[in-house]
Amino acid sequence: MIVAALAFYLFAFVTVASAVMVISARNPVHSVLFLILAFFNSAGLFVLLGAEFLAMILVVVYVGAVAVLFMFVVMMLDINFVALRQGFLQYLPIGALIGLILLVELLVVVGGWSLAPGASLSVVAPRPLPDQVTNTHALGELIYTHYVYLFQAAGVVLLVAMIGAIVLTHRRRDNVRKQDIGAQLRRSTSSVELRKVETGKGL
Amino acid sequence: MSFLNRSVQTIFLWELLSGLSLTFRYMFRPKVTLNYPYEKGPLSPRFRGEHALRRYPNGEERCIACKLCEAVCPAQAITIEAEPRDDGSRRTTRYDIDMVKCIYCGLCQEACPVDAIVEGPNFEFATETREELLYDKDKLLANGDRWETELAQRISADAPYR
Amino acid sequence: MVEFLNDYLYPTLWIVAKIIAIVLPLMIAMAYLTYVERKVIGAIQMRRGPNVVGPFGLLQPLADGLKLFTKETIVPFGANRVVFIMAPCLTFILAMVAWAVIPFDEGMVLADINVGILYLFAISSLGVYGILMAGWASNSIYAFLGALRSAAQMVSYEVSMGFVIITVLLLAGSLNLTEIVLAQRKIWFVIPLLPMAVIFFISTLAETNRHPFDLPEAEAELVAGYNVEYSAMTFALFFLGEYMNMILMSGMTTVLFLGGWLPPFDVAPFNWIPGPVWLALKISAVLFVFLWVRASLPRYRYDQLMRLGWKVFLPVSLAAVVIVGGAVVAFDLRPGS
Repeated sequence: MIVAALAFYLFAFVTVASAVMVISARNPVHSVLFLILAFFNSAGLFVLLGAEFLAMILVVVYVGAVAVLFMFVVMMLDINFVALRQGFLQYLPIGALIGLILLVELLVVVGGWSLAPGASLSVVAPRPLPDQVTNTHALGELIYTHYVYLFQAAGVVLLVAMIGAIVLTHRRRDNVRKQDIGAQLRRSTSSVELRKVETGKGL
Repeated sequence: MSFLNRSVQTIFLWELLSGLSLTFRYMFRPKVTLNYPYEKGPLSPRFRGEHALRRYPNGEERCIACKLCEAVCPAQAITIEAEPRDDGSRRTTRYDIDMVKCIYCGLCQEACPVDAIVEGPNFEFATETREELLYDKDKLLANGDRWETELAQRISADAPYR
Repeated sequence: MVEFLNDYLYPTLWIVAKIIAIVLPLMIAMAYLTYVERKVIGAIQMRRGPNVVGPFGLLQPLADGLKLFTKETIVPFGANRVVFIMAPCLTFILAMVAWAVIPFDEGMVLADINVGILYLFAISSLGVYGILMAGWASNSIYAFLGALRSAAQMVSYEVSMGFVIITVLLLAGSLNLTEIVLAQRKIWFVIPLLPMAVIFFISTLAETNRHPFDLPEAEAELVAGYNVEYSAMTFALFFLGEYMNMILMSGMTTVLFLGGWLPPFDVAPFNWIPGPVWLALKISAVLFVFLWVRASLPRYRYDQLMRLGWKVFLPVSLAAVVIVGGAVVAFDLRPGS
């Protein structure tokens, strides 16, 4: 048990510390690296909770794809962070206000949290013990039964976002010569003519 | 029909597979490697390798210090100093070739009226220090003594074409 | 005190022993993969390959290792020191940790976790960080271009790889690697899923930056790509990480499609040979294809690479997910039903 507790404090500490470093690091690339470290440690926390599926998905999606793109962009941009920091104090009151509002909202949500009215009914229904069902099965059974509409709606939202991004960035350009690989492969010897040229005569 | 043919070829990656099968068959071909330090390839008599200063059969050095090689050397790698010897003949007191500068163009041996400086068949004269590549007269004469048989053979083999 | 020993120390030592038992053979395999690569490519090009150091040149990897070990590690001026050193270590470590979930035989696995395949996928998707960090920290244009190419390439091919893995999962019905292998008792997945296996293999070529997709280190254009500024041990770690990744990807292909440790026929002479040997043989066969492809095919152009990934593999693998899913439901092939 003590190992689990130690692991929790380790992961939690590193998560918080690297989260702080994300916003305080001078170099944006270091910020992204600390962000990745934070993701990793939260994945560790998920594993400690027994949610290994979520942990792995967190790593695959956020670390493996999203953060790569962050890093990509941050590396390409040559941001002058000194200039960016100049108005920091000026915006501090507004930032503090927004933070305060968020905190209050969180408190309201957490304070008003209670079990759903129908939840007591589902407790009565026989359920397998948590350690006999893998995470993946449990999640699948929830997502594809109880929350199937929400799940599909989320999928549609993502699809629309994807199509929107493509539509916004796709330009039709004229006078662009594109490679048509099919046409190239379709060429045969009949499209080439071989001629015997006599010396000194030319074609 | 040809469309179908092509589509089938594309879907089954026919061209990739035929290329791969060709390379696979090449794996069992006899090797063409020359096992270099133990086997060596043939050299032309005109091959231009390490320099040597030759002697006449009676042991007299051929070089008469005409300095034509020094003059023609495009890399200015050759340095010659000359003085009359005790018997009154003109000989070099110093004949240095900076092998680091040398471009192995062979103009020195073309310029030489007495076939004294030649480029021999030896190409394995790598050294561990740079200084060892600054050849002086002793080194060049020693090279000539060592390679004389091959050098004479090469010159006679090439003679009909000159 | 005795409790402490029994509860913590001995299990820890046992785990460490198991890790060493996995890592040591892997290191040797990796060293000799470099040797085999030179021999195989030499043979295909009608050359001999290394044959001077030791009998048949067998000590060549050791000589190479010694050479790299005694050289000087150079950190270029203007490089970001910490990230520069961290990048090769990360590449190497990531290539190693993935082996924790690969089953060598039934029950012979370091960590038999339920989401093994996701773990492998996650670790392989992290490989890009070593390259990105190296490219950025080197403070060199060539290295940076190599890193950018590599990042785009690996992210692109991961997508179709993910879909291919899903088709396997549909047939296996589990994310656990041991169960995926056991689901291939009747028939290896390479037979029903042959096109997927081909797509997976080609994606692993792109994922490990191997020929014909080695654009991140294209000698002709980028000198050596992301590792241009690296020397000595830091370079060796990249180099070995790449070979380690090759072995890992071959292992993944074996586990997903070639039936892991299972013998090809469950009859007398075949099932006498222990599972780990079968696994090693299959991994070697896949690795041979890696080398064979390297000796045969020219490098892709970058836009062709992207076209293949996004316009060919993605639609095909997406369609395959639908088709395999439909077949599983229609013919009631659901595992465990």
